[in-house]
Amino acid sequence: MMNSSMLLSITTFVYAFVSVLYIGAWTFKKEFLAKLGMAVLICGFACNTAGIGLRWVESYQMGYGHAPFSNMYESLVFFSWTVAALYIFVEFKYRERIIGVFATPLIFLAIAYASLSPNIADKISPLIPALKSNWLIGHVITCFLGYAGFAVAFGFSIMYLVRSEGKDEKGLMARLPSSAVIDELTYQMVMFGFLFLTIGIITGAVWANSAWGTYWSWDPKETWSLITWLIYATLLHLRMMRGWHGKKIAWVSILGFMAVLFTYFGVNLLPGLHSYA
Amino acid sequence: MKKKASNQGPLNRVWMFFSSVRLTVVVLLSLAFTSVIGTLIPQNASEVFYLKKYGQGWSQVFTSLDIVDMYNAWWFLLLLGLLVVNIIVCSFERLGYTWKIIFPKKVVFRLERFRRMKDKETFTCDRPLDDLVGRYEGLLKKRVGKVTRETTETGAALFAETGRWTRIGVYVVHLSVILLLVGAVIGSIWGFKGRVSIPEGDTTDVIELRQGEHEHLTLDFSVRCNSFDVKFYDTGHPDEFKSNITLLEKGKEVLTTDILVNHPLRYKGISLYQSNYGTASARNVTVSVTSRDSGMVYQKLLEFNKPMDLPENRGRFVMERFAPGYNFRGHNLGEVFVGKVIAPDATETSVIIPLKFPTFDKMRGGQFVFAVEDFEKQYYTGLQVNKDPGVWYVYAGFILMIVGCWVTFFMSHQSYCVEIRNQDGAGALVEISAVANRNSQSLKLKTEKLATTMKELKS
Repeated sequence: MMNSSMLLSITTFVYAFVSVLYIGAWTFKKEFLAKLGMAVLICGFACNTAGIGLRWVESYQMGYGHAPFSNMYESLVFFSWTVAALYIFVEFKYRERIIGVFATPLIFLAIAYASLSPNIADKISPLIPALKSNWLIGHVITCFLGYAGFAVAFGFSIMYLVRSEGKDEKGLMARLPSSAVIDELTYQMVMFGFLFLTIGIITGAVWANSAWGTYWSWDPKETWSLITWLIYATLLHLRMMRGWHGKKIAWVSILGFMAVLFTYFGVNLLPGLHSYA
Repeated sequence: MKKKASNQGPLNRVWMFFSSVRLTVVVLLSLAFTSVIGTLIPQNASEVFYLKKYGQGWSQVFTSLDIVDMYNAWWFLLLLGLLVVNIIVCSFERLGYTWKIIFPKKVVFRLERFRRMKDKETFTCDRPLDDLVGRYEGLLKKRVGKVTRETTETGAALFAETGRWTRIGVYVVHLSVILLLVGAVIGSIWGFKGRVSIPEGDTTDVIELRQGEHEHLTLDFSVRCNSFDVKFYDTGHPDEFKSNITLLEKGKEVLTTDILVNHPLRYKGISLYQSNYGTASARNVTVSVTSRDSGMVYQKLLEFNKPMDLPENRGRFVMERFAPGYNFRGHNLGEVFVGKVIAPDATETSVIIPLKFPTFDKMRGGQFVFAVEDFEKQYYTGLQVNKDPGVWYVYAGFILMIVGCWVTFFMSHQSYCVEIRNQDGAGALVEISAVANRNSQSLKLKTEKLATTMKELKS
């Protein structure tokens, strides 16, 4: 009988294959590899979705009955899922194929870290009382959509910097979309991420108010999400009001993503209310 | 908006300083980077803690710069204050201009402006002009909005616009930030945060405030804890903490309910939250007494402070109290029972029975070894008692912020122009151009779609 851990392990390998296909499409200049990459990505995404769904069912069978958003393993798997969903959407909306080169590896890395790291347990455990709330699902989904937006923006920013290094107009770099397109896409992704991070912080605050009686308590995770929010708010002001573009914006977006990573992983090293994920 | 050089008085320069985006960027980044400090250095810990962890010198630096409570420090609040002034001045500076755009006396479309645009969708069509104008007018009305028709030297131009109001979005976002901070200020002036521990069966109306140690506040109602319950999963993880509470006003019961984590009780603007619990005392304690000489084990149900006679005429034992923690030679033994043995010659020896270490009393080397076999816990419930009249401002700010961000990021003020030129004998030339105040990418996609539909309409 197939269980969720097996499905998610399969997903990991499928996503690895997707990254290879996209990188292949770029280096060997084969459009069909990128098309195949998208097809395989959609399969992987379906597998990922099924894995999360099955894990949800399994938690009910074990008598705990909660959404699979309660520990590091589950959150990484969901992170992969949101980045994959967002990337699929972006490729279809903007009809640019090669942009997956720097975004699909992130999808793979997150789920690979979940599956392979010895520090991350994939056991389904019951929900502690503080997490038993209808806010859990809304809070986690919105935060991760925010993270996903910033992750894809990060991928695009790296691509922008790589692209602008390429002097040779016929080389590897020239096969990437034009700088203007990457720049615009980065900005779109940052706006998407910012809106959802905002909603994520707000749902968290409303939830905290109903669980702990205060909507803001400067717990490290809260504070770091605010730091992330402030950095991206700065980026938006620089772009909209001071006309920053290109490399400068790419670097601010990378700085912002470092803050996202610290909010996600680094904070667990500090004491606080979010010690579970 | 640039002021003329002649207006550069000192007051003007102050105004310019506060209306600059550069200030915004500096303040936002300063808030971000200083906030990091508070996540690395534990906040509001005891003086001893800082001394132990960072040494004399650093502790003094931290204390004098208020880093031990940095989110309430004067310099952090000053940054927030600067942000508020910056937002207000910027909005003041720009809102008048935006307002005129949002509510114009008359909406004017300038054909020249559209004609000069580079990105245009163009195609030719061999239907008569009047027919095309009629069809396109209907389509534009459906897709965009009210259509204005203008006759040109070579045909006609149709204009339509949408989303003029979306220009207000960014002001809504900034208003929301101010509402959040106003809410926070109201909460810190007229609200309070406190806590109270109530043993099962007890009633109280006095809570301990968090700010300022040992400050107390009397509520105008009292709270009785009827019972406290904790449930565990079979894995040992906690499942549920539940207090059954009765509120009393002037001795009269007004309300009985359960308080759980995530399910607080709100009453007269005051909220009671389940925050922690512990063992207040114990009932029906069964003690086993093992004699060293005979190896005999005696069991007895005890009450606190009621002496029991020890077997073999060795004196008496008194169970004195239960304590949630006990310091034994520098180690905390956790929950303990404390009692004493009174020998026949009236000398007293104290007996400590920690729950975590059942054979602890053997070490004492007395004639009898005491252990607790069974008892009933009497819990206390730890409730957080808060009042925050600012929370509604904060929530209003939350809603405005989400709506404002949505409007600012994904909507725009778009104007479309469809010009139809009659080309002698060669049908009509259709040119579609559009302009928006932001989101050029989505405008482009929408214009392309509009052009495709218009091309299909011709047949």
